[in-house]
Parts: sequence; structure tokens; C-alpha cells
Amino acid sequence: MPAIEGRPRPAPIATSKPFWDALKEEKVRLQRCGDCEAWVYYPRRRCPSCLSAALEWRQVSGRGRIYSWTIGRQATHPAFGADVPQLLAMVELDEGVRLTTTIVNAEPTDLVVGRLVEPVFEHGEDGMTLLQFQPVAGSG
Amino acid sequence: MGLRGDAAIVGMFEYRPERKYGGERVFMLEQWADLAAGALADAGLRSCDVNGLVCANIRESEQFVPSTVAEYLGWRVNFAERVDLGGATPIGMVWRAAAAIELGLCDVVVCAAPSRPTPSLPPNQPRAWSPFGASSNIMGSPQAEFDIPYGNIAQNCGYAMIANRYGAEFGYDPRATAKIAADQRTNACANPDAVFFGQPITIEDVLASKMVADPLHVLEIVMPCAGGAAVVVASKEVARRCRKRPVYVTGFGEHLMHKSPTYSPDLLHTPIGPAAEQAFGMAAIKRSDVDAVQLYDCYTITVLMSIEDSGFCAKGEGMSFVAAHDLTYRGDFPVNTHGGQLGFGQPGLAGGFTQVTEAVRQVRGEAGGHQVPGCEVVYCSGTGGIMSEQTALIVQGG
Repeated sequence: MPAIEGRPRPAPIATSKPFWDALKEEKVRLQRCGDCEAWVYYPRRRCPSCLSAALEWRQVSGRGRIYSWTIGRQATHPAFGADVPQLLAMVELDEGVRLTTTIVNAEPTDLVVGRLVEPVFEHGEDGMTLLQFQPVAGSG
Repeated sequence: MGLRGDAAIVGMFEYRPERKYGGERVFMLEQWADLAAGALADAGLRSCDVNGLVCANIRESEQFVPSTVAEYLGWRVNFAERVDLGGATPIGMVWRAAAAIELGLCDVVVCAAPSRPTPSLPPNQPRAWSPFGASSNIMGSPQAEFDIPYGNIAQNCGYAMIANRYGAEFGYDPRATAKIAADQRTNACANPDAVFFGQPITIEDVLASKMVADPLHVLEIVMPCAGGAAVVVASKEVARRCRKRPVYVTGFGEHLMHKSPTYSPDLLHTPIGPAAEQAFGMAAIKRSDVDAVQLYDCYTITVLMSIEDSGFCAKGEGMSFVAAHDLTYRGDFPVNTHGGQLGFGQPGLAGGFTQVTEAVRQVRGEAGGHQVPGCEVVYCSGTGGIMSEQTALIVQGG
């Protein structure tokens, strides 16, 4: 687990707490709209497709594909200096939502648009768990 | 829909961009006063003629910026706006000014973006600028909760991911994006005010420069500098008594899609698409009527996608379009004739003003060594955030 001293960490709010709580249990939970059936990420008070408040939490596999990626060769912020090169990505989950993340257990050459990835749960000393991803073995 | 084309840019003033500012440090309100005075003098108007203002953020005040500026400059105005669109702000200012004038609310509007360093503050003063740049790390901000903890901060990596997604969909030619930087540098080398005047670069130089965030090399990334600019927008009646040739605002567009590109509905089609469509429709001109384009160029990929999505070539053909055209001031498709922010410099929030002031200079015939002959119609774009919001502007000689 990388050092998190001085590093910005998520501060959950009431709306997002179920998402972060699920990550602590190594589960990925997303909101789904009970009216228009859209999947929602990041967690919101109302559905960004129809503004319905009928959002329900559903557990999902957390698997998806790299939608895009980059390699930060200079730290994006001093607190991330130890992570350079930073393997940054947008991952599109099977449900179609995209999230910002980092790819772990991978080399820079593993970063390819469309690559299958699966969740890795990074449990921090502060009690927060980040949702990272790693390439699915044999999915080159 | 839209403007009649009755408002014109009649005055402008720009601090020369400087990579290392060594001059007197004054506060942004004070810079506002200097820039406004310069732009009004260029127009041949007096301070008492002003009855509208458009501002952005200033370091000295988080809120009530328009009234603070009006009080400081001694103006009583019928129209005051604060625009918060990042690099798309200057064009956002100009079209709001033009629209207010056409509505009859006012007839002389000053828009300014001071961007020189301000005096250092004692330690007990609140820090006005966040170390997270354009990302908000305040609790409750989606970026603070879902982007920043992963190190996805500031602009480079976001634009890099847009470029890589573009490449996966349409193909990526590093020589084409490098050519954008090299051609714009040629323009900068014809502009003594540019920070990179006298320093030509080749495509090979760009490709050999340091990789910052794949696939973006350091020479494809904007050069921050000190500067600032102001323009005066006026009614055609006022424009007739001004010193310089009026440059009419005939079309504009603005479109916002997301804050963080991760959550964009579409990463491949940028917000400039609908903005440009509206601007060209409003001005009732064709793309082929344009004599020069001044495209917001925080990164080379922004220029490439702006060429495509503004309709100058088909979607997905930007790379071959750039390779096939000469983008210099003497070329067949002049882009960022002042050198762009890549070559002229990006003076903070005023970076987007460089595209506007260069358009004015070209239409006035004041561009000297980088003048496009007979330049009458110029298309400009602005970009804020990470392809988050874009503005389009068409200006024409009268």
C-alpha cells in the first residue's frame, strides 16, 4: 500500500457513503435509476439522465475496460511524486459508466484502450478504500 | 437567432507576454484599471463612455467582483457580468458584451482579464489560488471525492487521455500533432511579441522533446506566462467615431459538457461542435469564407479536434488535414497567426484573449510580419477546463 501522508483522500458525503462502504468490503456498488434504468456514477442525489430521485444501490462485478489512459511522467501533484510514472485511466464498467482510476499490477505497455480490467481494492491507513484496477490475466 | 452583427470590437490593449515577469507587481484591480485605460485609448473613447463591464475572477475578491471593479474604475454600468469558463472566458465575455449592446442595455462595454503576478501576501492572508489548479478539492465537489484521490489532477493527464481515446478511434499521427506546434512556432517567429520569437522548432524537435503525459510532449503543451488583455466592445453608432477600424461580432456559440472528462457524455466530439454550428449559422457564412482561424491551443490535440469539430474537415480526418495544409500565416489554412498560446504564450486567464486580440489585429491589418493578406473574416475558439466548455466567435471587417 502506497504511503498516503499528505495525499488528498476522499471525504464521503451522505449520498456517496454506500459506495465507499461497499469498497471497504471489496464490493462495487453503483446507483441505478428506478425510473429510467440508467446506471449512475459518481453517486448522486438524482439521476443525471432524468433527474429522478428513485436511485437504488446495486452490486456489480466491477469489471470493465480501459476507456482511455495516460502515463503521468511528472507528478500531477507533489503528493503523488512517489507514484511516477502514474498509470492513470478512465475505466468503463460493463454497465457503461466511466470512472477515474489508476491501473496497478501493470506495466506502462499494458495500458491499451479496450483492455479488460478488474477491481483492486486499495485499503488505506485512513480507513478509506480506493477502487483501482488491474488487467485481467491473459486479456492482452 | 442571435446577433445582427451590430456590435464591434473597437479597442484593445494587451500586456506583452513574459515568461519571467520582472516588472512592478500590482493587484488585479490595478491591472484592470491599466488594461481598461489602454483599451479605451486604443478605441479613442473616454472612461465616462463606459456603461457595461464583463470580468472574471480577481485575486482580491471571491465574490461581488463586478461591483468591486465598477467602483474601483469609477464606472456606473447598466450591464455587469462575471464569466467563469476558464480558457473559454474571453470569448464568453465578448459575446455577452455584444449581446447586451444589441439588446440596447449599454453601448460601450469593457472586458478584461489581468494575468500578471500580484504582490506576495503576508502569511496571515488566505491563499486565493488552490494547488489543485482547475480541480476543486473542496468537500462535496465530485472531483475532490472521485478524481483527485487517484492523482487525476489538473490538465495534462485529462487532455492526454482525450488524445489517446481519439487515437484508438481514429488513429494517431504524432507527426501531425507535432506539426501543429511547429507551424505555430513559425508564426511566433514572425511575431516579435511572442515569448518564443526567434526560436523556430521542427516536427522532429517536438517529437524529441520530453514526454509529459503520453502522448503529449512538452512542446505540445502551452507555455504559461504573465500578461493580460482588455477589449472594448461598442455599438455601431459608437464604433463610427472610434479611432480604429471596427471589427464586428457576427456570430458566437457556447457549449458546456462536463467538468471532468471522465464523465463526459462523449469524449470524441468536443463542445466546440454545437458552438461552431451556432456561430456559423448566426453569421450566415460558410467555413470556406474564413480567412484565418485562431483556435484555443492549450494542447495540440485541442487544435486538432477544434479544426474537426468546428467543421473545417470531416470527423476523424484532422490528422491528415493538418499534414496536408500549411498552418502558418502565409499558408493555405492559417491557424493561430500570432503563434498561438503554444508559441505566443498563455498569460493565465487572458490566454484565450490572445485568440481574440489576434483576430482584431488581422482584420485591422495591424499584424505586421504575420499579417494574412486581405484578412476580413476570422473564426476564434476558446476552451475551458479539460475540453469541458468551449466558445466560438466570428468577427468580420465592416
